[in-house]
Amino acid sequence: MSNHINLEKRRQAIYGWLMLSPAALMLSIFAFYPSGATFFSSLFSKHTRRRPSEFIGIENYNDLFADPTFWLVVKNNLFYAAITIPVSVIIALSMALWANSKIPARGFVRTAYFTPTVLPMIAAANLWLFFYTPGLGVLDQIGSLFGLPSVNWLGQPETALWAIIFVTIWKEAGFFMIFYLAALQTIPEDYKEAADIEGTSRWTYTRRIVLPLLMPTTLFILVNAMINSVKLIDHLFILTKGGPSDASKLILYYIWEMAFAFFDAPHAAAMTILILLVLCIVAAIQFIYLDRRTHYQ
Amino acid sequence: MSTKPFVVLENVGKQWNGQLGVEGISLEIEEGSFVALLGPSGCGKSTSLRLLAGLEIPDQGKIFIDGADVTTSAASDRNLSMVFQSYALFPHLSVAENVIFGLKVRRVPKAERQEKMERALKITGLEGLEKRKPGELSGGQRQRVALARAIVAGQRLCLMDEPLSNLDAKLRSSVRKDIKKLQRDLGITVVYVTHDQTEAMSMADKVVLMKDGHIQQIGSPNDLYNHPQNTFVAEFIGAPAMALIDSNIINGIENGNRIGLRAENITIVPLGEGRLSCRVSEAEFLGSETLIGLEHEGTTGLNVLQPGLSMLPSGQKIDITFDDQDLHIFNSAGESITGQ
Repeated sequence: MSNHINLEKRRQAIYGWLMLSPAALMLSIFAFYPSGATFFSSLFSKHTRRRPSEFIGIENYNDLFADPTFWLVVKNNLFYAAITIPVSVIIALSMALWANSKIPARGFVRTAYFTPTVLPMIAAANLWLFFYTPGLGVLDQIGSLFGLPSVNWLGQPETALWAIIFVTIWKEAGFFMIFYLAALQTIPEDYKEAADIEGTSRWTYTRRIVLPLLMPTTLFILVNAMINSVKLIDHLFILTKGGPSDASKLILYYIWEMAFAFFDAPHAAAMTILILLVLCIVAAIQFIYLDRRTHYQ
Repeated sequence: MSTKPFVVLENVGKQWNGQLGVEGISLEIEEGSFVALLGPSGCGKSTSLRLLAGLEIPDQGKIFIDGADVTTSAASDRNLSMVFQSYALFPHLSVAENVIFGLKVRRVPKAERQEKMERALKITGLEGLEKRKPGELSGGQRQRVALARAIVAGQRLCLMDEPLSNLDAKLRSSVRKDIKKLQRDLGITVVYVTHDQTEAMSMADKVVLMKDGHIQQIGSPNDLYNHPQNTFVAEFIGAPAMALIDSNIINGIENGNRIGLRAENITIVPLGEGRLSCRVSEAEFLGSETLIGLEHEGTTGLNVLQPGLSMLPSGQKIDITFDDQDLHIFNSAGESITGQ
């Protein structure tokens, strides 16, 4: 009797799987399979001519935890993330609020802020390399006008990571601003007018109305900023190569070094798995915690 | 109470980049009255309301509210509330938070806030929905939240910008009655913008009909319907609107003028006995009556109403007649010269 209902259900299921399959296929090939393969290879020892690779369980992980450079790189990366994420998000938000208001040359301001994002990263890093060069660089030239001593920004452990952080903020803030700007434009003018009639100050309006309405964007940006903070590598190639004495080495650069400079693929794989794990946990926390406090329109 | 009307606009004008917004708007609004700003889109009715609200500042003229010159005052200093066409409800706040938003901003104590909110929600019939978000409400409920927010502060002047245009037709007529009752019960002054003449005519004590940034006529609904000051008013008000007839096609009327005539004042007579013979162009059955469109050279919008179902075939010739006392006579500039 309910035959046609079953048929319809099956038809819907097939339809659903068909819709799902392109994304599932792409993700499997380029994300799920590599992750699994990486995990698999992280459980084996390094293959050399004299000793073939063999299963060693979590030995590679234990090595990493005993490696002081690994901990230094983790510390560097946490510090790097802790500074770049909040600062670039706050700058992006303030710039977006400003560029969204009725100011002269609005188009110019928006373009100017977005330029760092458009520049190829290698080119931008070279530009900053020139800024930071001791003696010749723009920063030193300006400093010398005021009689400040020459500083080798990239060449000393105390300032190298800060120099990298600064470049990242310069680049990320403009990129995130575009998202904020787009979100701000979906907020109807009416809200401001309704608030005006009640005598709401600009600050109260921003805090009570604009910021909550921007929460979905903020969440998106936070997740992106976090992922970016472990993804940074191109700057390092140009600017510091992780030095001096690993002071500006970040996790992805260390993985690259491990895999392609030291040719130690299993340890690189183990490190990759650790990062994936941490990223998954942090993203889950962000989504679960912030989602509950976020209003989606 | 002063003898001066509650709200006065004196020769107010506003332009945008040389483009005309509104010009020469002079209007007096008595306290406790319901005034409708009516007109086709782009006529400047919303601009006038925004000038009154303080969301725009006029280029010329003066605005007084309750005797005080508020021409350049901020919106919040004018002691008024406003209902927006889109309702402008904050989507992330609950009904209760939306309603008390203004009170919170004005730092009204919590107990008083709660009491006022409960009263406003009771008046608008929203009890039990306090915790809902606007997105979880129906269109009619959202509209009532906007009303509750407008009345909660107890302002004496409330501006409404096409508050019913997002509702379906059936809901519109019931909310219309609610708004009118609310206005009367609270004794507040309402300035109401609409492009729908049914709304204006049924709710307002005074209708301000506008076109191209200028006021065409100010008067009671009766005035606008029965004594239109010009051909624009004649052709705008009423459904069907007044027909306009060139005077030279009717005997006994001074040439060069146009004659306005309402469908209900026209009667069909046997062929050969009428003052004008025309052709039926279409017939529209409205339920209790049938609207028959007529064609004749030198006329626009000529219609006649017949009781019940009376579908005349198009192309049929009929004769019509009318009384001279029902005629509205307009001069060549379109202004009424009917002795009133």
